[in-house]
Amino acid sequence: MARIGVFVCHCGENISRTVDTAAVAQALGEMPGVAHSTDYKYMCSDPGQSLIQAAIAEQKLDGVVVAACSPHMHEKTFRRAAANAGLNPFLCEMANIREQCSWIHDDREAATAKAIDLVRMIVEKVKHNQPLQPIHIPVTRRALVIGGGIAGIQAALDIADGGCEVVLVEKEPSIGGHMSQLSETFPTLDCSQCILTPRMVEVYQHPRIKLLSYSEVESLEGFIGNFKVTIRQKARFVDESKCNGCGDCTKKCPQKKIPSEFDAGLGTRTAIFVPFPQAVPNIPVIDRANCLLFKGRAKGKKKDVCGICARTCTRGAIDYDQEDRLVTEEVGAIVVATGYQLYTIGKIQPKEYLRGYGEYGYGEIPDVIDGLQFERLASASGPTAGEIRRPSDGKVPKTVVFLQCIGSRDPAKGIEYCSKICCMYVAKHTMLYQHKVHDGQAVVFFMDVRAGGKGYDEFTRRAMNEGALYLRGRVSKMYRDGEVIKVVGYDTLSGEQIVLDADMVVLATAMMPQLGIESLAQTLSVSYDQYGFINEAHPKLRPVETNTAGVFVAGACQAPRDIPDSVAMASAAASKILSLFSNAELSREPMVAHVNPATCTGCFHCERVCHFGAIQRKEVRDRQGNLIKVIAEVNEGVCQGCGTCQATCPSKSIELAGFTDAQVFSAINAIFA
Amino acid sequence: MSTATTAQQKPQAEPLADPGLKPGVAEGFEPKIIAFVCNWCTYTGADLAGTSRIQMAPNVRMIRLPCTGRIDPLFVIKAFERGADGVIVSGCHPADCHYAVGNYHARRRFAIFRDLLEFLGIEPDRLTFSWVSASEGKKWSEVVNDATQRVKKLGPFAAYQSLVDK
Amino acid sequence: MRLGYYPGCSLHATARDFDESFRAVAGPLGIDLVEIEDWACCGATAAHNTNRLLSIALPARTLALAQEQGFDAVLAPCAACYNRLATARHAMEQDPELKEQIVGILKRPAFTNQVRVISVVELLRDMAATIKEKVVQPLADMKVACYYGCLLVRPHEVTGFDDDEDPRSMEEVVKATGASPVMWEKRLECCGGGFSLSRTASVVRLGRAILEDARKAGAQVMVLACPMCHNNLDFRQKAISKYREEPVGMPILYVTELLGLALGLAPRDLGLHRHYVSPQPVIEQVAAATRSLAGGEQPAALPAPPREEA
Repeated sequence: MARIGVFVCHCGENISRTVDTAAVAQALGEMPGVAHSTDYKYMCSDPGQSLIQAAIAEQKLDGVVVAACSPHMHEKTFRRAAANAGLNPFLCEMANIREQCSWIHDDREAATAKAIDLVRMIVEKVKHNQPLQPIHIPVTRRALVIGGGIAGIQAALDIADGGCEVVLVEKEPSIGGHMSQLSETFPTLDCSQCILTPRMVEVYQHPRIKLLSYSEVESLEGFIGNFKVTIRQKARFVDESKCNGCGDCTKKCPQKKIPSEFDAGLGTRTAIFVPFPQAVPNIPVIDRANCLLFKGRAKGKKKDVCGICARTCTRGAIDYDQEDRLVTEEVGAIVVATGYQLYTIGKIQPKEYLRGYGEYGYGEIPDVIDGLQFERLASASGPTAGEIRRPSDGKVPKTVVFLQCIGSRDPAKGIEYCSKICCMYVAKHTMLYQHKVHDGQAVVFFMDVRAGGKGYDEFTRRAMNEGALYLRGRVSKMYRDGEVIKVVGYDTLSGEQIVLDADMVVLATAMMPQLGIESLAQTLSVSYDQYGFINEAHPKLRPVETNTAGVFVAGACQAPRDIPDSVAMASAAASKILSLFSNAELSREPMVAHVNPATCTGCFHCERVCHFGAIQRKEVRDRQGNLIKVIAEVNEGVCQGCGTCQATCPSKSIELAGFTDAQVFSAINAIFA
Repeated sequence: MSTATTAQQKPQAEPLADPGLKPGVAEGFEPKIIAFVCNWCTYTGADLAGTSRIQMAPNVRMIRLPCTGRIDPLFVIKAFERGADGVIVSGCHPADCHYAVGNYHARRRFAIFRDLLEFLGIEPDRLTFSWVSASEGKKWSEVVNDATQRVKKLGPFAAYQSLVDK
Repeated sequence: MRLGYYPGCSLHATARDFDESFRAVAGPLGIDLVEIEDWACCGATAAHNTNRLLSIALPARTLALAQEQGFDAVLAPCAACYNRLATARHAMEQDPELKEQIVGILKRPAFTNQVRVISVVELLRDMAATIKEKVVQPLADMKVACYYGCLLVRPHEVTGFDDDEDPRSMEEVVKATGASPVMWEKRLECCGGGFSLSRTASVVRLGRAILEDARKAGAQVMVLACPMCHNNLDFRQKAISKYREEPVGMPILYVTELLGLALGLAPRDLGLHRHYVSPQPVIEQVAAATRSLAGGEQPAALPAPPREEA
């Protein structure tokens, strides 16, 4: 007879409010095979854990069931406690009577009955648990950082400074991300470039950082400590080993009117270009879609047109026949830091649930711009050299209206979350504008001012004191009326409808995850929310880990983040990785499949369904060395423990430890016993 | 399997042992539904429903497995055999599987299994197959409530139990 | 396509032209309009200002009748009727208890609230391809201002067929006739609605702003799909023009009337003779375009000369 201990937690009042925990403990105490059953206010606390450990010793328990919160919350905690008391940790399991019972039911009787069922199921399962030993695996002390914005840069530098190698992958031609486009940063109004570019150079010169710019992650294999990542280095058509960054080619390129991505479409660039003067690496890229030579080739012209850049280059670095290259890197941990993009304002939206603001005339009225475009106008390195001039006619706007919460906090437009940084950047914009245009008036339409953060509320207050007019309310529409833009809005504090004549309107658009992040997340096997933000493993206690071991997250790809938040997350992820790398080897949960050699017939259905290639073929011979049969064998290091092989095996010869048929069937039986 | 194998009829089914019960006859009938879910998406989504305090029908008992790929159709048959009135199978959305393809195997398996279920004399409406991601706490509550409603209308599943009794 | 037709009170009275033109275009477009038997008032503004339950129960009765009479969808041309019917359906869908309460009030236990409610603009937008095929007199070069008013596309959760802040469905219908919709600013502005009698001055002021804005955008004609808007912009146009140097002179057509012209129907069959502001310039422009299209030859069916009233 088994000797199982059942420990029912009240979780303060979280469970006991709707579940009669004493009744659960009593009912379980009467169950065959349960040697000990009790309830306690906080099982996870030190006295709670001691209670379990004492019972294991005194009652000689051979299994422990903790009925409390989700195993995702505290399974590790209780398994560690059991192990410290000398019990194999895998003989300890949790029954989830909080998230999946007390929190979702208000009928005490029904909730208690359900809780009893849930605990019984786990007790029956634990009766069939086997003591398991963790699997030890080696660690590759090398990290991959995806995304070269401020978060990726910080993570890469921290890991490299900690003594480990880093591969930094950036999809654009230069690292720097959105921060390199900003003029000044809140709440200090210091120049963004001045604090960022030295960090970029540091990355480039660091002996332990391998920078792969203009590259994207193609595929990933392996698991924590042993990832194998394939990276596509997109063809630049410029040989990085030969180019010295002199820039002659870009000066001679005849295609000069291409809207510059770096200047958010307000400036122009050439077809062979470096995104901005401080780019790292300072090596140009040819934009195939706009290059005369490639356009000619696409049309099937036999002889190349143009080719001026190749003729200009004294080092012979231009190579029109360069092709994408696939490189493979072995790493032990990964940081996802792919950042954000802005909400697209116009009617055409990239996702079905998004609805644009056709009523604001963005795209039709040139002087309606978004926040990033204003950054470029205000930036000393921008298309107007830092003078605030409106795009339509280059005049200095005397009234600029700023609209907050464009896209965000607006379920009707598809995004419910607060984009977090906009209140601050609008306040910054009003100051930048009024510092540059002394007789200018900044007007802000806001829903709320949410300026939580060190020095943040003071900053928005300063913007108001410096003369920005803050109106609480939304704008219903905007249209052009001669030289001005009519802004029709509502001031909810005075109850007045307001029609303003603006010379320029700046829309504070929401942050969204980069388009295509879902496919990257799928490549990395990390989960994401409805908007595409990467899910952290726990919103409070594991904010930079994902639910895939060895993959970490930093910056605005996890949620709207400002620079300080992103940097803090990046450093946190780096320190997590460095602590991971401080181990000689890792221990992994032993939930892997095992083959029963006696019954395996060698049909290899398991081999066909195993996505990870963990099934190997093994010859079984008799003592004379004659081949009897070829059977399947699991490579424990490669098996990920999904159990698909087990459900597929016709002869039931393969079993996933921790989730065997006996365990599942017993759990089912427990409900109807 | 040790202690739990004695076939006991569940109390709710006693007065209603006729398998050909008409919808709506089962007044006050509270079905027992077993959910087989994957650890990464649906289990986490159900946890999210909990942390969001989304109230739902208390009829579902969840069994956590690593992946829908691990869910053997035999589990479903066993559940019905033991007296479940309904079964839910739920995992990650297509393309979101933590193990890349386990849910595709499950999808195929259950597309075929559904027909077999009917052949066995079990109404297909008693089996719910859905995708619930880790962020879809609300959807999970809807799956639970819908399945409970549907099974309530179908009445208790007593076909196997009545065979055992005879 | 068989649709339950709900004309409401106005299409039998002040908006007879809307009714006539809609019935006239239905045939060529293959729409089988069947008036719902024993329909009742939608409740209009009066009901939902006084009693919410009444304001749901009245349209619900019509929806229940439509279900009993075997319709999948109800079409209410009047924007207010459409809005009340759609609101009732939405409210009952969101709140099953309310639906049960209404079922009890109506004493119609079989009512399932499944019948869809569609607006005339939604219907025609979805038929744009058919319209394009059936057009015999493309209204080329005609500049048209589409006016939505307040009720047609709002609120989004109730109507749902178009962007409530920046709709485009009427423009798509107009484009299908060959005419050119102009973009203008006051497309969704209030026309004064029910204040036409009690606060005429306000209605005139609002109407003037709307018409002048449409003029400024270069529109020759305005189309809409609401009897109340039509009244305030057509009947009141004389008062609107009073303090102007010259009359606004903007013909106000129901979208079905414009469509009828493009389909080659006779102006009188479309009810165009019932207007206060003469649509004659529009009719003549259509006729001229047709003549030049036919290369001097007489087209098969020239529109009959309209008889002016009012």
